[in-house]
Amino acid sequence: MSRTAFLTDSTLCIGCKACEVACKEWNGVGEDGLEWSGFSYDNTGALGHSTWRHVKFVEHAPQPGFGGNAPELNSWAFSSDVCKHCENAGCLEACPTGAIVRTEFGGVYVQPDICNGCAYCVIACPFGVVERNRDDGRAFKCTFCYDRQKAGLVPACAKACPTESIKFGEIESLRVKAQERVEELHQRGVKDATFYDAGNTSVGGTHAMFIVRGDPRSYNLPSKPEVPTIYLKKGWTSSVIGAALLLGGTLLAFLADGER
Amino acid sequence: MRRTPHDGMPSRTPDLTTEQRLAEIRREAEQRGEVKAAGVRPSGAPFPIASPETGYYGIPLLKEPAWTWEVPLYFFVGGAAGAAAVVGAIADYTGADRKLVRDARWIAAAGAVISPALLIADLGRPQRFLNMMRVFKPQSPMSVGVWTLLGFSGAATATAFAGFMRERYGPSLPLRVMENAGQAASLAFGLPFSNYTGVLIGATTIPVWNRNVGNLPLHFGASGLSAAVGMLEMMRHRKSRALQMLGLGAAIFESWEGWRIESRQQTGLDPLKRGASGWIVRTGGVLSGPVPVALRALSIISSNERSHALRRWAGILAVAGSLITRIAWVHAGHVSARDWREPLEISDPLCTEKGV
Repeated sequence: MSRTAFLTDSTLCIGCKACEVACKEWNGVGEDGLEWSGFSYDNTGALGHSTWRHVKFVEHAPQPGFGGNAPELNSWAFSSDVCKHCENAGCLEACPTGAIVRTEFGGVYVQPDICNGCAYCVIACPFGVVERNRDDGRAFKCTFCYDRQKAGLVPACAKACPTESIKFGEIESLRVKAQERVEELHQRGVKDATFYDAGNTSVGGTHAMFIVRGDPRSYNLPSKPEVPTIYLKKGWTSSVIGAALLLGGTLLAFLADGER
Repeated sequence: MRRTPHDGMPSRTPDLTTEQRLAEIRREAEQRGEVKAAGVRPSGAPFPIASPETGYYGIPLLKEPAWTWEVPLYFFVGGAAGAAAVVGAIADYTGADRKLVRDARWIAAAGAVISPALLIADLGRPQRFLNMMRVFKPQSPMSVGVWTLLGFSGAATATAFAGFMRERYGPSLPLRVMENAGQAASLAFGLPFSNYTGVLIGATTIPVWNRNVGNLPLHFGASGLSAAVGMLEMMRHRKSRALQMLGLGAAIFESWEGWRIESRQQTGLDPLKRGASGWIVRTGGVLSGPVPVALRALSIISSNERSHALRRWAGILAVAGSLITRIAWVHAGHVSARDWREPLEISDPLCTEKGV
């Protein structure tokens, strides 16, 4: 089975939120943001247990216009965010029940019939994607449309995207496609087009890659996401030292205590 | 779920002063036909932008821990129970006072019953707790912790039960085997159980926790020991010099830990030093560190009766300090998760000005 990925090209996104709707329709995810957040046309603000695709509306600072009385030039960008399906996934490593698994397509999938809602994955995700549903009790996030992929179909969001901003395909060929697209954009004068897949961090690359304009941080994409397993060695070393100190100290205290 | 930014972003709701000013301007316009003074800045102005300086409208990237109140309490109970099991076993092996051994075992056993209850109550689906036993994952501190908890719970309750039966119905071989094996196992499981929760929160993406991962297990271990000693002193073991030494050692370590928290200069540690969470950390630190150190030092040089009273207070305050310390760290984690600047590596202009 080939390993698949999303490539979300924000330069093609028109902010229609068809991906959000398609995702909700296919996966039966409830409504979660019919009021405006006050931040451009964003409803939900971030990914969560009921938001598996999230369209970001990035309002740029107004630039002065050309000529005497020209109005300011306003611009914005849109980008559809999704679970990154990391190569080294914090949530998957942290899950104590084995509910979170790696699928044959390379995605990270939470098995809803196993998850017991311990919520440890929530604080193990460097992208703040997975979340516990308070009412349901379990943790939820994008399934990478595991069911559709198994049936040979394209994930719902990619299928619904009218501009092919969300591309879906085999991971290596998508990576090549992304590089070509960034070069093409650079040639066309879009100098700030950047490829983002967290490949140079401990996350080790993602199955959801992005092409954004400018600094990825304005899209809430961290520059150095780290998988929390990198802290384990330091933590357990300290734990062993603590145990040794406790054992040694207690022994010493009771041996030194003459009055038995 | 709808998310709102937490700091640094203008309020988006109309406020009273703006509305009043608008009313004034309207009145002025009606009366004079013109308005002289400046107008208002609409609430929410300037229009929010997403940029490398403001992130994505200051909406936090990381999710807050979804744990409920049971979890800090579990950290406290588990830490004290694990340390009590170690104290009980070593006291037994070195031939200390029998009553001390028995009381330490009871604390361990009580913790061994309460801890799983707290852990299960915190789950989103408590009835699926047994799913934790489908796998053992060394790379997941939660999985390692659950297995340690199970081993500890079984061992500590078995020890206390066998001891109780022996005292009540007289010694017998099966009871002796159960008691000794149980005690050895509760010592073995108690050691990691007393401090693993430091790894549990340290190996996460929450900045204030993972920056302290090399220290949290030691910190929590000392906190657990000082709580266990404090509980034993509250149970009238105020003559034991061994307990005095252990309590003093733990309190000295906690004082050093508190000093370290205050003096360390690194990004992402603000929740331990500033605001409400900083004060909770400080309260816990003072109650676990300097206060018991002072009371214990006084009790060493005091007369017998006063010495006991001072040790009792040292014990009570150390137990309170241990509990507050766990609550403080969990609370600081929440504050840290809400900090949208930290994971995006955006420095706070206010902090840069102050040179922090």
